[in-house]
Amino acid sequence: MAPAQSASVPAASVPAASVPPAPAEGRTVLDARDISRALTRISHEILERNKGLDNLVLLGIPTRGVHLARRISERIAKVEGAEVPLGTLDITMYRDDLRRHPTRNPQHTLMPPGGVDGKVVVLVDDVLFSGRTVRAALDAMNDLGRPATVRLAVLVDRGHRELPIRADHVGKNLPSARTERVMVRLEESDGYDEVRIAPMTGAVNGPATGPLTGPATGASA
Amino acid sequence: MSALVIKGASVLGDGGSDVYVENGHLVAEAPTGARVVDADGLVALPGLVDLHTHLREPGREDAETVLSGSQAAALGGFTAVLAMANTSPVTDTAEAAERVLDLGRTAGLVDVQPVGAVTKGLAGQELAELGLMARSRAKVRVFSDDGRCVHDPRVMRRALEYVRAFGGVVSQHSQDPDLAGPTACCHEGELSGRLGLPGWPGVAEEVIVARDVMLARHTNSRVHVAHVSTAGSVEVIRWAKSRGIDVTAEVTPHHLLLTTDLLSGYDPVFKVNPPLRPAEDVAALRDALADGTIDAVATDHAPHARHDKEHAFVDAAFGMLGLETALSVVSDVMVTSGAMTWADVARVMSQNPARIAGLDGHGGTLAVGQPANITLVDPAAVVVVDRADSASLSRNNPWHERKLTGAVVATVLRGTPTVLNGALA
Amino acid sequence: MNKHLLSVDDLAVGDVEALFDTAAEMHDVQHRSVKKLPALRGRTVVNLFFEDSTRTRSSFEIAGKWLSADVINVSAKGSSVSKGESLRDTVLTVAAMGVDGLVIRHGASGAAQQVSQWTDAVVINAGDGMHEHPTQALLDAYTIQRRLGTLEDKHVVIVGDLTHSRVFRSNVLLLAKLGARVTVVAPPTLMPAGVTAWSKDAGFETTYDLDEVLPHADAVMMLRVQRERMSGGFFPSAREYTVGYGLTRDRLGVLKPGAPICHPGPMNRGLEIAADAADAAQSAVLDQVSAGVAIRMSVLYHLLAGEGSAS
Repeated sequence: MAPAQSASVPAASVPAASVPPAPAEGRTVLDARDISRALTRISHEILERNKGLDNLVLLGIPTRGVHLARRISERIAKVEGAEVPLGTLDITMYRDDLRRHPTRNPQHTLMPPGGVDGKVVVLVDDVLFSGRTVRAALDAMNDLGRPATVRLAVLVDRGHRELPIRADHVGKNLPSARTERVMVRLEESDGYDEVRIAPMTGAVNGPATGPLTGPATGASA
Repeated sequence: MSALVIKGASVLGDGGSDVYVENGHLVAEAPTGARVVDADGLVALPGLVDLHTHLREPGREDAETVLSGSQAAALGGFTAVLAMANTSPVTDTAEAAERVLDLGRTAGLVDVQPVGAVTKGLAGQELAELGLMARSRAKVRVFSDDGRCVHDPRVMRRALEYVRAFGGVVSQHSQDPDLAGPTACCHEGELSGRLGLPGWPGVAEEVIVARDVMLARHTNSRVHVAHVSTAGSVEVIRWAKSRGIDVTAEVTPHHLLLTTDLLSGYDPVFKVNPPLRPAEDVAALRDALADGTIDAVATDHAPHARHDKEHAFVDAAFGMLGLETALSVVSDVMVTSGAMTWADVARVMSQNPARIAGLDGHGGTLAVGQPANITLVDPAAVVVVDRADSASLSRNNPWHERKLTGAVVATVLRGTPTVLNGALA
Repeated sequence: MNKHLLSVDDLAVGDVEALFDTAAEMHDVQHRSVKKLPALRGRTVVNLFFEDSTRTRSSFEIAGKWLSADVINVSAKGSSVSKGESLRDTVLTVAAMGVDGLVIRHGASGAAQQVSQWTDAVVINAGDGMHEHPTQALLDAYTIQRRLGTLEDKHVVIVGDLTHSRVFRSNVLLLAKLGARVTVVAPPTLMPAGVTAWSKDAGFETTYDLDEVLPHADAVMMLRVQRERMSGGFFPSAREYTVGYGLTRDRLGVLKPGAPICHPGPMNRGLEIAADAADAAQSAVLDQVSAGVAIRMSVLYHLLAGEGSAS
């Protein structure tokens, strides 16, 4: 198979601090090493399930899904000695809750080299929660092309699905209460790697919504 | 006829005394069986006279009628108003003038003196039947194409000459239509440049004022300048008077206080012709009124139905209401500041306008023997203008929610009170 | 972001950046086979045009449709004043049909602002008389920025009938907001009243001499000149205007290499812009058109997609 160029995915700006801040509320569920091991296992599972690199394409969902997808593609490249096409899929315009929030700026959608038609697309996101983000991603992908197959890889599955959506590859199953927050921090966007779970502070209406510039960790998947 | 005793008024602002009215005239002694009006703290002025109003009847009775206009006038302290000729049909014949006169008499609240058009149909081409209008029962003396300028210099010259035969005067709406055309609606300056509104440069007024005073000099006639709005016009008028030219001039209350900045919200309530000008012009107009260069305050009361104003600014009708608020504005702007005394106000809002219009029964000095046309003013009353509280049929009021010091309390027309305690009697 | 887009003054610098970022994403949509995003599904947008304008109207129409909005064109030309119906009545009638967004184009300055007071719908000014044309300025600035990389400290020269131009008024405000240096060029008769005081206040420069300023321009914007202005005495003849203020072939030669040439269109080839200049490699005119759709998609999205945007 001809080596495919990995698309250059926009890198996040790295904040100054690269050590975790003093412990806030809640507890650490995955530390940097746990995250690394989970991503390595997911990368192997993807290759196993696909029986190699054939037709494989990775699409990260901004913001943190993009970084995770890049890390997975690096691991795959090390194992297989060849690049897997990499892209990003912004779902802002496809959200089903647009009218309940102030308008969010859409992020970048970058088609992987070779497109998605007829490909095995693995969507990558940080947290799977209600399933609405993935549903939006499926809608967005529909307008981009027609994959042969779509699979889902997530770092954390915290349950509480509101739609019939399931992940094919899961870093960690994390049973959680609806009133808890799951926070994923990654080196590329936050300066350090960690997955933390904490009670909601002052929450009244259920899962927290994310920051205005992108899907939130722990609430949007 | 009623008998009145007005107790304790400050006559023309000069000390408290009593005013006695019997059989429609001012008398020296208190009449018996008189109604007493307590005027303690009030100023008594001769009934106010407005040289410039639009009563819209006939033609636009949805905006105003002679009756509703008369009510507004009485509430504003006026005992006589001149009704401009740009009605539909135009007041350019004796019959049309008498019709307006009769409407005013029927209403019976103010003396409505019709103004005759200068040219037929206001078209600016041929003289209207000025002489027949003068000889009619309406005894028209003031002629104006107001709304439009008598632009053709030859026509203006002929008009100035012709009216001398019967002591008439032409009141000119000074607007050169080539310098300020029909779409011109905002003082030409920084604001019009920024807002993209068609400009109405001050010079379009000044060139006509300058031309007309020279024509008046040449024809040995008198001319009246309606609604002066710029410092440049004031300069020309001042010069002309110093040269002995027989020119008189009026200014509106809104041009004494409101500036062009108000147009930045594109609110058509501030659209008027001539337009609101910058502060420098407002200051010059105030000075000119105080020093006599401008002879009179005239409201240019211009009622408009709501739908004629609810357009984009450029498309909306020109004009503001003014009868009910005129005295309060003048009081607030000129008297409270000390620029004028109440005697001065009597001069510019009653005596001069009456003289210019040839209305002998008005504009007196509140002296015994004169017709009892009286306006009582509370100089200390503070009013917050509420546009909904008006006798006019229209609501295009630029003073809404403004606080003014000074208000008309009572109006008496030839001995009969038309307004008492600030309400129609 | 402000509820309405009536004037460039409604936008903070951060808002402009967000609009540009989204427009860049929208540009990609234009190149897909499925040119649709569901973001404005269920929203109704009415193009209420009191003045003819095929290009602006179709630009807004495409933008709305590509966002899955229901777009309706209402041509109100010749209605209102002539029929005795007030502008307010016309607007209320349309709005009563249940409209989320009202895109207004009117021949009178200030019309958009007045309309916004009479309806709860989101109002977007598509050009009001001689006053403003905010989406045009946005697409102009966006186009120039994409070509030059940034607008900060860039020298933009705007030439033409400034007095009657809403494109000039919006652009001069927006470019200054984005840190560009602006010089405007016109004969004295086509400079807006009060421009001396205004330019000092708003921070742009004025000159009657195009040749002096053109070699220093990083970008040039030529405005359309109407031949009818000759009868108003604004300039004596078309050829005199071209010699003094047109982007002729010779002037094309003195422009900095790579300096984009913009024109809001439609162009009077041969009058304010030579055919060679319009078709030169530096000409950004077609980019402006495609940017127009992207910018208008971005504006419609930001004003209508989120909460608080429903009628």
